[in-house]
Amino acid sequence: MKLNRRAFIGTGAAAAATISAPHVMAQGAGRPRVVVVGGGAGGATAARYIAKDSDGAIDVTLVEPSRSYYTCFFSNLYIGGFKDIEDIGHTYGTLAAKYGINVVHDWAVDVDRDAKTVRLAGGNMLGYDKLILSPGIDFVEESVPGWDLSAQNAMPHAYKAGSQSELLKAQVMAMPEGGTFAMVAPPNPYRCPPGPYERVSMVAHALSEMNPTAKILVADPKRKFSKQALFEEGWRNHYGGMIERIGPDFGGGNTSVNPAEMTMDIDGIVEKVDVCNVIPAQKAGRIAGIAGVTDGRWVPVNAEDLSSKADADVHVLGDAAAQGDMPKSGFAANSQAKVCAMAVRGALTGSRVFPPKFSNTCWSLIDTDDGVKVGATYEATEEKIAKVDGFISQTGEDAATRKATYEESEGWYSGITSDMFG
Amino acid sequence: MARRSPPISRPSTGEVVSAGLTATLVLAATVAAGTARAELIGDAEAGAEIFGLCSGCHEVGKGAEDGIGPHLNGIFGRKAAAHPDFPYSASMERAGVDGLVWTLETLDAYIENPAALVSRTRMSFQGLADAQERADLLAYLRTFSDDPANIPEAAPTARATDHDVSPEILALEGDPDYGEYLATECLTCHRQDGSADGIPSITRWPEEDFVVAMHAYKEKLRPHPVMQMMAGRLSNEEIAALAAYFKDLE
Repeated sequence: MKLNRRAFIGTGAAAAATISAPHVMAQGAGRPRVVVVGGGAGGATAARYIAKDSDGAIDVTLVEPSRSYYTCFFSNLYIGGFKDIEDIGHTYGTLAAKYGINVVHDWAVDVDRDAKTVRLAGGNMLGYDKLILSPGIDFVEESVPGWDLSAQNAMPHAYKAGSQSELLKAQVMAMPEGGTFAMVAPPNPYRCPPGPYERVSMVAHALSEMNPTAKILVADPKRKFSKQALFEEGWRNHYGGMIERIGPDFGGGNTSVNPAEMTMDIDGIVEKVDVCNVIPAQKAGRIAGIAGVTDGRWVPVNAEDLSSKADADVHVLGDAAAQGDMPKSGFAANSQAKVCAMAVRGALTGSRVFPPKFSNTCWSLIDTDDGVKVGATYEATEEKIAKVDGFISQTGEDAATRKATYEESEGWYSGITSDMFG
Repeated sequence: MARRSPPISRPSTGEVVSAGLTATLVLAATVAAGTARAELIGDAEAGAEIFGLCSGCHEVGKGAEDGIGPHLNGIFGRKAAAHPDFPYSASMERAGVDGLVWTLETLDAYIENPAALVSRTRMSFQGLADAQERADLLAYLRTFSDDPANIPEAAPTARATDHDVSPEILALEGDPDYGEYLATECLTCHRQDGSADGIPSITRWPEEDFVVAMHAYKEKLRPHPVMQMMAGRLSNEEIAALAAYFKDLE
């Protein structure tokens, strides 16, 4: 479902009705309660599947601050001009109206795992039998010297989609002729491994149409990156010498920025830039740390049901989870959510639980009708979610294959967003 | 039930099929294909020969144009009376307006007895009584439809029987509850509502077609890398479970 006014009003009404309840929110009398924090690919999917498949037997509350959710996946296509911002915006009206999920637009600010409650910024408390955290990412402070969240308007990250994506796109559009777009790429592990490089492709696409003498400079702390051969081939074929990537062997890992001066310092060489997209190092969304389930930056989880290794009644999905071999992608979060939903339902209602299966595919667009993909299947082992089998697009594929791959990605987008939002 | 063998290969679309097939060939094909019971998907090679009955009026293949009858490229999934400049009969026009869409089933009914489906159709053809011949003819025509919606296999999986699947595998009774869980993985890409933009619909297929298609991916006979990977790790029971679940999905 794309954004429209009716759906928006629907969500608002449902949320308002819930919020008008007293301090301890009224949750389904006698029914087991599941609270899901985070309404993205992991959380929305988990909430929908638990509510749908339990047929009202489980009380499901979804806590998500945003009324309009913009998917990170396909947000680069918006920057490249292939999608409108409305195309990647979604609301929670169907989850509330069709599946009976209590959608609460608020921040979860505390978790008491002994009392099994979640406290919201608005003051309300939610009790749970099972808590599902799918909070996505936050940024590691000081990971790019000179940058912090207060600099996100001068130097956007655009790594949580929505207004940041719009800002970055507007800055690209406003670049002077022959100007420089700079990116500070993140170290592993981070959300959407091909994301920074798809973004470089999309910015190059936009610039080659309206500002063909502009340059793109990428400072990268990683020697290798996802789909590297495919991207580099595409950059050569489509964008000539526009893109320069400086890897760690040439100082790309030693980068700082100065948002006031709009400069980037790569290993002692200072460049004046016109746009600077800083994608910092990442960690699990804040609430995971508050809940006390993180170990370092991420949350260790059991492979068979995504339960936290610290607390069997807390499940953690998607980017925030340290689960093993799956990349931090929307597809992966959606895949994990369905395994988790089955396990949670089984634990609360005794429904059948089957051996989990996981999969992932990440599509990337390099230029018009030039789509590539990488994917794998996974299984749960004692120790982690382990890769079983995989594939990747080949260099030198014909145009028809690449076009079909792009069209397939559009089909996937409509599939996964239906799977998330109903 | 064993699937029909040998596999259907897509006939050359390099030229317009002419009216030059001889009656002898048609007769030979008729005899060879003379089984009493129609299979859902026939033999396109046999169908190519049966098309000799039609090619006096209809062209199909690359460069095909409307003649005495409309050309038949892309007929599957098309509304009746859809060629803008072709002088259809009033009853065919009305059938189109009423929502008649050419699918495996509607074409089968029409070819069996044209006037029974569209009374006063201009097509002066007596009908093809043999169900197997109709299935073969339709299998042939279907190879000229790029996006055959409303038939069991949607593009790009529009191939008929790829290979033989053993009767034991086809006889497996799928567990639809297990299928429901396994299907969650399919529904990340394939739409539950059966729409098919960029990614084919997999809902409401006949179970056997579903099983055959999935085994063709598993055996890497069908080419798609994602599907080869997904099907590759499904057991025979899991494929049966998925088929059982998707066949009834509303």
